[in-house]
Amino acid sequence: MIETPVVERVLSAALQHGGDFAEVFAEDRSTSSAMLDDGRVEELSSGRERGAGIRVVSGETTGFAHTADLTEDGLLRAAEAASAVARSGAGGTRTVGVGSLTERDGAFDSDAPGPRDAGSKGDTLSLLRRADEAARSSGDSISQVQAACGSSRRQVLIANSDGLLVGDQQARTRFTVSCVATGDTGMQTGYESAARTLGFEMFDEVSVEELAEMAAKRALSKLAARPAPSGELPVVLAGGSGGILFHEACGHGLEADHILKDASVYTGMVGQQVASPLVTLVDDGTISSEWGTFGVDDEGRPAQRNVLIDQGVLTDYLWDYLRSRKEGRVSSGNGRRQTYQHLPMVRMTNTFLLPGEEDADEIVAQTPRGVYVAKLGGGQVNTTTGDFVFGTTEAYLIEGGKLTEPLRDANLIGNGPEILKRIDAVATDFAMTPGTCGKDGQSVPVGCGQATMRLTGVTIGGTAE
Amino acid sequence: MTTATHAAAPTVGDQGPDHLLAIAERVAGWASPGEEIEVYVARGDETDIRAYAGEVESLTSATSAGIGVRVVADHRLGFAWAGSLDESVLGETLAEARDNATFATPDEHVQLAVPDGVAAVDIELWDEQLASVPTTRKVELALALEAQARRADPRIRQVDHADYGDGSVEMALVSTTGIRSSSRKTSGYISVGVIAGDGDASQTAGGFSVGRGFDGLDPDKATDDAVTRAVRLLGATKGPSGRQTVVFDRRVATMVLSVVSTALSGEAVAKGRSFFAGRIGELVGDPVLTLVDDPTDPRAYGAAAYDAEGLACRRNVLIDGGVLRGFLYDTVSASRSGVASTGSAVRGGFSGTPAPGCRALTLAPGLEGFDENGVLAAVGEGLFVQSMTGVHSGVNPISGDFSVGAEGLMIRDGRLAEPVREITVASTLQRMLQSLAVVGADVEWLPGIAAGQTLAVDDMQISGI
Repeated sequence: MIETPVVERVLSAALQHGGDFAEVFAEDRSTSSAMLDDGRVEELSSGRERGAGIRVVSGETTGFAHTADLTEDGLLRAAEAASAVARSGAGGTRTVGVGSLTERDGAFDSDAPGPRDAGSKGDTLSLLRRADEAARSSGDSISQVQAACGSSRRQVLIANSDGLLVGDQQARTRFTVSCVATGDTGMQTGYESAARTLGFEMFDEVSVEELAEMAAKRALSKLAARPAPSGELPVVLAGGSGGILFHEACGHGLEADHILKDASVYTGMVGQQVASPLVTLVDDGTISSEWGTFGVDDEGRPAQRNVLIDQGVLTDYLWDYLRSRKEGRVSSGNGRRQTYQHLPMVRMTNTFLLPGEEDADEIVAQTPRGVYVAKLGGGQVNTTTGDFVFGTTEAYLIEGGKLTEPLRDANLIGNGPEILKRIDAVATDFAMTPGTCGKDGQSVPVGCGQATMRLTGVTIGGTAE
Repeated sequence: MTTATHAAAPTVGDQGPDHLLAIAERVAGWASPGEEIEVYVARGDETDIRAYAGEVESLTSATSAGIGVRVVADHRLGFAWAGSLDESVLGETLAEARDNATFATPDEHVQLAVPDGVAAVDIELWDEQLASVPTTRKVELALALEAQARRADPRIRQVDHADYGDGSVEMALVSTTGIRSSSRKTSGYISVGVIAGDGDASQTAGGFSVGRGFDGLDPDKATDDAVTRAVRLLGATKGPSGRQTVVFDRRVATMVLSVVSTALSGEAVAKGRSFFAGRIGELVGDPVLTLVDDPTDPRAYGAAAYDAEGLACRRNVLIDGGVLRGFLYDTVSASRSGVASTGSAVRGGFSGTPAPGCRALTLAPGLEGFDENGVLAAVGEGLFVQSMTGVHSGVNPISGDFSVGAEGLMIRDGRLAEPVREITVASTLQRMLQSLAVVGADVEWLPGIAAGQTLAVDDMQISGI
């Protein structure tokens, strides 16, 4: 994307006024998306974006500039802008050399058609139509269906003044189905998605019909739903319902940027029992084709597997370059950014609870009264207080150890450190779910995973008294 | 991948709306017989500064530019975008949009906007001074904000972030159907997040000040807001469950209105995704409810002369005295519904396509004296919600289900009393509109698409202990 001698000159220019560290992050991204709505393929969209972000770290200060101009002139202008923070005058001339380029093999077939090829577009249309048909055949009450398919190819080149020079390719594909069901009680919605760090070969292992039927089933089942309870009850989360509980209840709170600002309830707790002994929590960016997977992170560090909580004991936080440097350690491969226009920060990859030993059905059977959550939507956390919410999109009442009535959507609310101690059963039926994580205005793809598990008490925010 | 060689990008300052119009006109001029083309071109500059612990944590300066092209041929729509205005990219983007159009389902309602004779208001959204403010002054403001927040109250134990940001955006829109518009806009903001501590307990809150430029940003207001809100939550406990009248703080009320606005989209209505569908002329809320979207009001944060298809923005009355009067339409959704566009197209920059949406929603103000204290006094007993979480996971604008996490203070004897946290507030949007008890007269134009006004809603379910 950029010739090595140019990279070296740009890094040298970035340190012309001083500074401890300089980095060039160049990116070339092609995207394609198609949406079927209201029975019609309404829109195919293609996008192309390329540019570079240049970062200069001087003491506690980071200067950052980005440009869509990848010529040497354009890059030098951005380097000049980024270096403005380091006008200490103590810089002098520093020549930066980088090693030979390490090209990571993309975790996908790079000879396969890209998202913008005609063949891919044609394939996309037939996938969308099949999903629409499958959803509408699921029940007469399905009144609206929207199916969307998006794919992207991203090539990155990362170089820094420590001599790093690495290239990586990433392909991502995502398919979503949203349904509306209409009945006497009004409208209800259902949603399902599949997403992988793969190209279109994802559809060799993902059935769009199954996604559509699942989305339709969720909407249909809620037509007969009663309002969710209000107050505290035991909650059983289905395997793969969305490990978002861990993402919100503790994942964000273990990000080193929050830790170093003493803005997390988990600050200073490494080595302490922070969760039930049933909890072993892992963040792993290396799992083949998962949504939060990559070869190198957006600072050029290879993805790795990090154990965060081991049998309830907090073992480590998540680190990026800047925060690990402050602590004199190495990054854990969690420096990510949305695009070249964003500064990297500490982010999760695929975050999951290791499976336990119990039988999923048994866990329900041994719950006299509670709520069974088959699917979670999004969530949100305040890392400082630990208070978090997560929403249900498919849930049922548990009465006498059996699932009885479906429940309307509601948020559940809890406090991270408290909830982690209330996990009293974990099953074997592990599954991952893709999601999009937003932090400080940046969105990145992440995976969440967990097996069926029970929380002894969570506050359910329904309207039933 | 190869990087196209191209001339160095023009430097900041030698472009303007006229330059962008010229680019848009040139691309539109490449239309083939039998096709209609719409070209949207935008460029922007931004500066973002974050202060932490007396130093600049990061300083970002950036320029971005891009193009979005819609092609309609044989009643089929195709779209493509690129994050660049390089000559080579323009033709490639048009070709890609043209190719995408061949895959869409023919639809007689797919059409580009045609001038409708409504004159655009003359509205000044550009602060000439902003460009001449040196970066050093912006840095000083961010540092001063951080220092001020740190010493504002002995209970403030951390300033999580203190940010300054500004931006300027210029855009032009030209179509072969006769649209030719251009506009420009500047914005500035400061934002501070604080952590208050008292023993082991911590609470967080934020404050901000926004404007069209640098002058007028008010660090006192931002700091006071953040500090007051964080400190008054200290000692918060999980509140009691039950039915209560809920008073929404202005910043929370704007979020509620924004969600309601989703259901007022003519597209959502036409596609059966709105609980307002088919209810024009019916009483959908308390008679105190009059809801207007008026982007021609220059005080509104979302004020604009032109909508995202180049039609004049105008004042639209949506609900009048509780009676549903209308929806917001862009060209396609209007055609589908057999009405005219209300000039309400919005789009997410050059990479997005138009869809109907609100820009400047406001409720007809309540009685004089209904500022926050006035509303609290009128309500007497209830819950004051100062912040709300999980809106994206717990509020469904299709079914109307509403369940959010909340923190705030109980209202006793018409005044704020003890703080509460880790509770949920639930109802349905339909019921909330009917149960709207008091609308504040304290209209404050907040960032986003809706004004802030203190609102009181009766009979909401609180879930806590």
